[in-house]
Amino acid sequence: MSVLGVVVAIVVVILSLAAAGTIYRIAKGPSLLDRVIAADVLLAIFGASLATEMALNKHTDNLALLVVLSVIGFIGSVTVARFAAHRKEDA
Amino acid sequence: MSAAIIDTLTAICLILGSLMSLAAAVGLLRFPDLMSRMHAATKPQVLGLFLMLTAMGLQLWQWSVVPVLLVAWLFQLLTVPVSAHMVGRAGYRTKHRRPELLSGDELEEVVKAAGEDTPNQP
Repeated sequence: MSVLGVVVAIVVVILSLAAAGTIYRIAKGPSLLDRVIAADVLLAIFGASLATEMALNKHTDNLALLVVLSVIGFIGSVTVARFAAHRKEDA
Repeated sequence: MSAAIIDTLTAICLILGSLMSLAAAVGLLRFPDLMSRMHAATKPQVLGLFLMLTAMGLQLWQWSVVPVLLVAWLFQLLTVPVSAHMVGRAGYRTKHRRPELLSGDELEEVVKAAGEDTPNQP
């Protein structure tokens, strides 16, 4: 295995740990907005793994997917933030 | 440049970029309230993505991909502050803040003054 292969294996382990912690925060809450932020971080981790795969295999096929991912994160968190602002009493 | 140097730089960028994600996850788990968790969450979105895209650019090693990578990063740079602002605003209004953890709350005075100007509207 090349040096880069070993590095990518380490990166995969680190990103998996990060995703596990983020998913735990999504599951546990405690509030809606905490979950929104954690989901945003999970999307960033997906983007990081996509970029890692593209760097390893030296292609740019998933670059459009990376941009779309950031659009989805933007629209999703703005929508949920607007929704949360209307429900004043829930915490 | 020799391939070994490029691979080393790529490795450094990849490891640092993934450590940003891990730092965000640890911050999300450890920090006590919404605002400090938001602070942790921005690290992989901006610096982490930048390092990952740098690694990609180093591996592809051609100038034609640099504008595309830059656009991908700039797009993230434009959208992340807006969504963070919306989430923070919603969090402040729905009482997700914990005043005992803040060293100062300048917005509270502004909100109070705005409420005095228009007493009929809650």
